[in-house]
Amino acid sequence: MTTLAEPFADGETDVARLLPRPPAARLVDHLARLGTPPSSGRELIGEVERAGLRGRGGAGFPTAIKMEAVRSRGARLLQGRKPIVVANGTEGEPLSAKDKTLLVHAPHLVLDGMVAAARAVGADEGVVCVERTATPVVHALERAIAERRNLADGITLRVAPTPARYVVGEETALVNWLNGGDAKPTFTPPRPFERGVDRRPTLVDNVETLAHAALIARFGAKWWRSAGTETDPGTMLVTLSGVARPGVYEVPLGSPLRHVLRNAGVHDVGGVLVGGYFGAWLTPRQAAMVTLSTDDLKVMGAGLGCGAIAVLSGDTCPLAELARVTQWLASQSAGQCGACAHGLPAIAGAVQHIADGSDRDASAEAAARRWLDMVAGRGACKLPDGAVRFVSSGFTVFAEHIAEHRARGPCAAFDAPAVLPVPRPEESWR
Amino acid sequence: MSATRKKLRLDPIMCVGHGLCAELFPERITLDDWGYPIIDPTPISPALEEHARRATDACPTLALLLERERTR
Ligand SMILES: Cc1cc2nc3c(=O)[nH]c(=O)nc-3n(C[C@H](O)[C@H](O)[C@H](O)COP(=O)(O)O)c2cc1C
Ligand code: SF4
Repeated sequence: MTTLAEPFADGETDVARLLPRPPAARLVDHLARLGTPPSSGRELIGEVERAGLRGRGGAGFPTAIKMEAVRSRGARLLQGRKPIVVANGTEGEPLSAKDKTLLVHAPHLVLDGMVAAARAVGADEGVVCVERTATPVVHALERAIAERRNLADGITLRVAPTPARYVVGEETALVNWLNGGDAKPTFTPPRPFERGVDRRPTLVDNVETLAHAALIARFGAKWWRSAGTETDPGTMLVTLSGVARPGVYEVPLGSPLRHVLRNAGVHDVGGVLVGGYFGAWLTPRQAAMVTLSTDDLKVMGAGLGCGAIAVLSGDTCPLAELARVTQWLASQSAGQCGACAHGLPAIAGAVQHIADGSDRDASAEAAARRWLDMVAGRGACKLPDGAVRFVSSGFTVFAEHIAEHRARGPCAAFDAPAVLPVPRPEESWR
Repeated sequence: MSATRKKLRLDPIMCVGHGLCAELFPERITLDDWGYPIIDPTPISPALEEHARRATDACPTLALLLERERTR
């Protein structure tokens, strides 16, 4: 599949596959960097499978399997229900900035990926979804799509500016909204690959996933696997916060977390959150040992998720942070499922008691632990499960702080300014 | 060999917590602290299917489903 020369070499910790320096927002710059995209078809699915690409939206699902499910579904369906591609760039995760950065720095790479994916699954239309509050991103995409009018690749592309809330990026919520409903998750099945936008088989992929697919279409699986490890091939965009130089970095998978953090400047680690507010906390010790690999992180109850990594320094109060973010996660519930609508606020209240030192008899902690068990797996979407992972791992990693707060009341850092961001979401679901 | 057994599944969006199902089928359905059902995922034996059916039929919002599950 590889016919073009490789335009860039992979450094060890400094990779620029997805994020060109300088940025390539304009089509001419994009084409000058990477050449014209090949007109690939269905065979891309096999190449993506050989590459071993996994989704970068959070769940890490093998991309080729989803593509093939959409393709075969579309091939079987009559009545002209052609598949459609939805590129998920909503990125409601407050700790993540990689999708928006990618879309501004290399919009054409994502659009190339949408076109290649559309051809592979038999679609002729692609929609890229971004939060409507992120106006520079919406404009970058509109401009990029307008520039491509003469490419004549046979695929119609458009931008859909979505409401800005955490669960909007959940794939069934996105599909429901694109169909004119609320941007709230729906009961599955049917999953989008079975019946999605306009009842068509719908491929929902994260925008970074599609950008990788575009590179695989150009340079092939073998080249793509030249970064990363055997079991975790390729690179990944990570968003680092709580470091000296926060921002979006592209790193080969399998890199030791400590190298990635050292690169961005880190000192005094109290705990590390991997995978955003859906993710798990690691102790400083674990963070020093782990590599950015699925299996490695799994042993510690964590995962790569969307690649958002936050370092909490030793002089912040982790319990105050835990309480605030849990409260925020509860506020992000779509309020549709009993266990989520009632359970998350109950858990958040208990975490607040633990943090403010009022849980002297440990009854709030006991209740929180019971509720964490009670709500797991009981939502239509995975919001409750994400919140459970965030709080449970926090309880484990910050156990000493909990004991301290119980014995002596909150620490001096309790009233310090908040570190982890909790943005004010839009009210509207439409 | 593929046999089909039945399994209970809840649509948590449709469910508003009437709680009738837990009354009718306590062997497999309990209520959480807020009155919403917790479903035991183990397959329903033929002996219990009658009870399960009564529970699904009683749900005013049709949120409880008795589904076929494939086993090897
Ligand atoms: C509450 C919730 C929020 C999500 N938000 C996003 C998001 O902002 N962006 C995203 O790509 N995936 C998000 N996802 C995951 C999507 O449902 C879906 O798995 C993903 O877009 C598939 O793309 P991928 O296979 O390329 O990862 C979210 C999932 C949940 C449960
Ligand atoms: S689990 Fe929560 S966020 Fe997800 S659909 Fe149900 S109520 Fe909405």
